[in-house]
Amino acid sequence: MTIDRITPFTSISSSLPLLSRRHAVAALAAGSTLPALAQFRVEITGVGLTQLPIAIAPLRGEGQSPQKISAIVQADLERSGRFVGVDAAGVALDETSRPDLSQWRQRKADALSTGSITRLADGRFDVRFRLWDVVKGQDLGGQSFVVTQADLRLVAHRISDFIYEKLTGERGVFSTRIAYVAKVGARFSLWVADADGENAQSALSSPEPIISPAWSPAGAQLAYVSFESRKPVVYVHDVASGRRRLIANFRGSNSAPAWSPDGRTLAVTLSRDGGSQLYTIDANGGEPRRLMQSSGIDTEPAFSSDGRSIYFVSDRGGSPQIYRVGASGGNAERVTFNGNYNISPAISPDGQWLAYISRVGGAFKLQVMDLKSGTTTALTDTSADESPSFAPNSRLILYATQQQGRESLMTTTLDGKIKARLAGQGGDIREPDWGPFQKQ
Amino acid sequence: MKHFQFKRVSIALTIAALIAGCSSGVKLDDVPVEDKGATSTTGGGANSGSTGQSGVAPVDLTQSGRDGAGPVGVARIIYFDFDSYAVKPEFQSVLEGHARFLKASSARKVMLEGHTDERGGREYNLALGQKRAEAVRRSLALLGVPDAQMEAVSFGKEKPAAQGNSESAFAQNRRVELSYR
Repeated sequence: MTIDRITPFTSISSSLPLLSRRHAVAALAAGSTLPALAQFRVEITGVGLTQLPIAIAPLRGEGQSPQKISAIVQADLERSGRFVGVDAAGVALDETSRPDLSQWRQRKADALSTGSITRLADGRFDVRFRLWDVVKGQDLGGQSFVVTQADLRLVAHRISDFIYEKLTGERGVFSTRIAYVAKVGARFSLWVADADGENAQSALSSPEPIISPAWSPAGAQLAYVSFESRKPVVYVHDVASGRRRLIANFRGSNSAPAWSPDGRTLAVTLSRDGGSQLYTIDANGGEPRRLMQSSGIDTEPAFSSDGRSIYFVSDRGGSPQIYRVGASGGNAERVTFNGNYNISPAISPDGQWLAYISRVGGAFKLQVMDLKSGTTTALTDTSADESPSFAPNSRLILYATQQQGRESLMTTTLDGKIKARLAGQGGDIREPDWGPFQKQ
Repeated sequence: MKHFQFKRVSIALTIAALIAGCSSGVKLDDVPVEDKGATSTTGGGANSGSTGQSGVAPVDLTQSGRDGAGPVGVARIIYFDFDSYAVKPEFQSVLEGHARFLKASSARKVMLEGHTDERGGREYNLALGQKRAEAVRRSLALLGVPDAQMEAVSFGKEKPAAQGNSESAFAQNRRVELSYR
């Protein structure tokens, strides 16, 4: 039912003098052993122009490991669009090895990671790795972790984050979490999963629809719309404890929750005064404050990354378009002009990009707008895209779409060149939201 | 404490599951189940006054909080044209039947549940369904139904009456359902 354990990593303190002694602490771990509904598979399509070739050697001892760490790391890195894997199958190296880097240069790898996994007497696992800059012949350091079996995937994502940051200079998003809704038969479940879609755990299961999950900026809570009382009502749900609070249960419909970046305020759509209109409401509950008065529909609020303005959808001009207004109201300014149906705005955490869905000739397609220039790019060749949200490093967009008549989740790079499908086994998967960076 | 809460949620969800179980498939409009709360534990009430749909598991209906009785023999669904939020004249007599019923029984409340077809975004469709529900509310208000007896809500595209992406499915899904509580 809930993800209710926070499991700090215990780190090895001294046994690896060459490692950089970075300790991963207080990682939010997916603790339960509930069977994951959806075993996801990464499918890379497209080719990026500047992908760094990296060899991820199998960890020594991985054959006996319940998780294939090296495969998870390679899939993570490839999904980012910044890396391409170099075959390292059958290579016997670990973090204590001094690999022959000339051999890896010949294999056209620019980087190499090696490591080991050992089952300890108490049942936990000791995972270690080291990263090599093959071109410069340099040891880039490594990490070690001692964790329970349930945290092995998280360790793999932490390794991916380390590698990504060392080699790109930017923070990785692999150890973050996503939320999404799955509909299986007549049941709806809100799932929390690793950023690669794996390790899904149910946060809520209901016979009535659940839509619009939105992570709080601190990553501990999800706001969403639940129809469990046979009308749309907004809850805030503490993911670790399963505790839920009603945030908006006013007369009429309550929907489209969006967090302010400081986590103190939610923008919501309410119809309590007639029509769908935008309000802000204290995240602890309380009386909503109406943001604007408009004669048409105003909905789908999304705060700008600096918290000063709110993007939203309105049909005030006759067709749904994206507008922007000050976070405490004022005059709205139109943002989208192409086409007559532009909805579901999402702002990148770095403030540079607006992702949204545009109807183009009867198809619903993910677009991204460079907010400085106003240039828009269509990112997909699918026709039922929905619900975009940005990775916390602003480098990927997660969205829902339909392929072969089935709903599924995809990620894409902002140039649309690298896409990965997070494909579930059963049910329709929709309404994704990418959570924030976890506290280190 | 947590377990206690979990249990309560489970019970609520189980009950809700029963609601969903009996709401799928055959429409239960004509079953005048009076029970309102989801907490009733008595099992025998469902069939009392039933109009012949006793095939539905009684315990579900008793516990369901599903539709209460409305006007007998009056349709409960108002259909809309594509991209339209106006109540068509052909539904005027239906609304008059509901208005008469509501005015005669001022303790009764009706939920006006707006729906859309599956095309487009979920939240935007929720707002469009709301528009339809409010159009029906305005029509009923013009017929003298007090606002306190009506609540306009929307399910957007989340609860289609017909599956598929044919025009006929779309037409069946663009609707407002009147649901008595």
